[in-house]
Amino acid sequence: MAPGHSTCAGCGIPAIARTVLAATDDPVIVVNATGCLEVTSTLYPCSAWKIPWIHSAFENGGATAAGIDGAIKALRKRGKISKEKRIQIVVFAGDGGTYDIGLQSLSGALERQHDFLYVCYDNEAYMNTGGQRSGATPYGADTETTPAGKHSFGKCEKRKDLMSIVIAHHIKYAAQANVAFLADLAKKAKKALEMEGPRFLLVLQPCTNLWKFPTSQYVNIGKLATETNFWPLWEYLDGKYKINWATENPKPLEEFLKTQGRFKHLSKPGGEKVIAEMKKEVEENWKRLVDLADV
Amino acid sequence: MAWKEIEEGAIIKHDIKKSPKTGDWRYMKPVVDKKTCIGCGQCFSYCPEACIDFDGERKADIDYDFCKGCGVCATVCPQHAIKMGKNI
Repeated sequence: MAPGHSTCAGCGIPAIARTVLAATDDPVIVVNATGCLEVTSTLYPCSAWKIPWIHSAFENGGATAAGIDGAIKALRKRGKISKEKRIQIVVFAGDGGTYDIGLQSLSGALERQHDFLYVCYDNEAYMNTGGQRSGATPYGADTETTPAGKHSFGKCEKRKDLMSIVIAHHIKYAAQANVAFLADLAKKAKKALEMEGPRFLLVLQPCTNLWKFPTSQYVNIGKLATETNFWPLWEYLDGKYKINWATENPKPLEEFLKTQGRFKHLSKPGGEKVIAEMKKEVEENWKRLVDLADV
Repeated sequence: MAWKEIEEGAIIKHDIKKSPKTGDWRYMKPVVDKKTCIGCGQCFSYCPEACIDFDGERKADIDYDFCKGCGVCATVCPQHAIKMGKNI
């Protein structure tokens, strides 16, 4: 993926795309559901992609990948593509196109065991259209459609547990990664691309514009998300859970929250209750993960 | 571009010459101190633009045609070899 695309200054999405694509030497076909990456990398009449790239609608990233997988299989049968040649299909989609709108087609493609890698960059809201809440938005966040103010403290619902939904499709490999830990992401992408069948990567992507922090800080904020156990790094392979990064003394969640404008309202009086609730959720998730990894 | 000039099959190929020069967006400019740069590649991999490359001596080299001046490189540099200054 080349320069000249128009992602916001300080956006980590291109780093995710490059790191994942650099993890394989096989030819790759990229499927891109609607989202930040799609609108910014292909401003008509230009394209920042040096590899075959197809845009599908918001809701059918998974279905498009399934179609390409079917086409490759058919062409193999007719002898138009050699049997030894591996062609990778990589889907990039945002959290809106994965958690909410694209969930049905992703679910279908996973269930039919198509051969593709699905990469969801999770910036925790519909950032492309101005930051409306999505299923990935954390509890208490101030967004366009859940504004914090006198009558509300932001989003009142908890984040959807997408990893469990994906793993419930009996897939071989799923992993949660973070753009601030590129070496870990590269390792997971490499592992995933060497396997066959459906694979899934969920990558946290701090959004400078609508998480509201300075453009230079996406790496630091991503690191804090993992260091506070808000976004643990772990993977699932053949029924086994493994935590890839852990610390005995996680930083307090406030350190992560205070870096961002979307949680600014929580530092005012009355915010303590919301923060306590968020902490409880983070702790519960972490405990559940540790229990799973022990089994 | 008129519709007649579109390639057949509606395929658009990457062409760096046609790409928008996003360097116009910049209001802070990163400058590499080549003496302190150790060529570790942190800025190279975290740069959202992919506009940092290595020069002949394996020191970071920024392409200002595309650099948006976000400052991520200066933040991740372990040597503090990249400083943000006014965009002149």
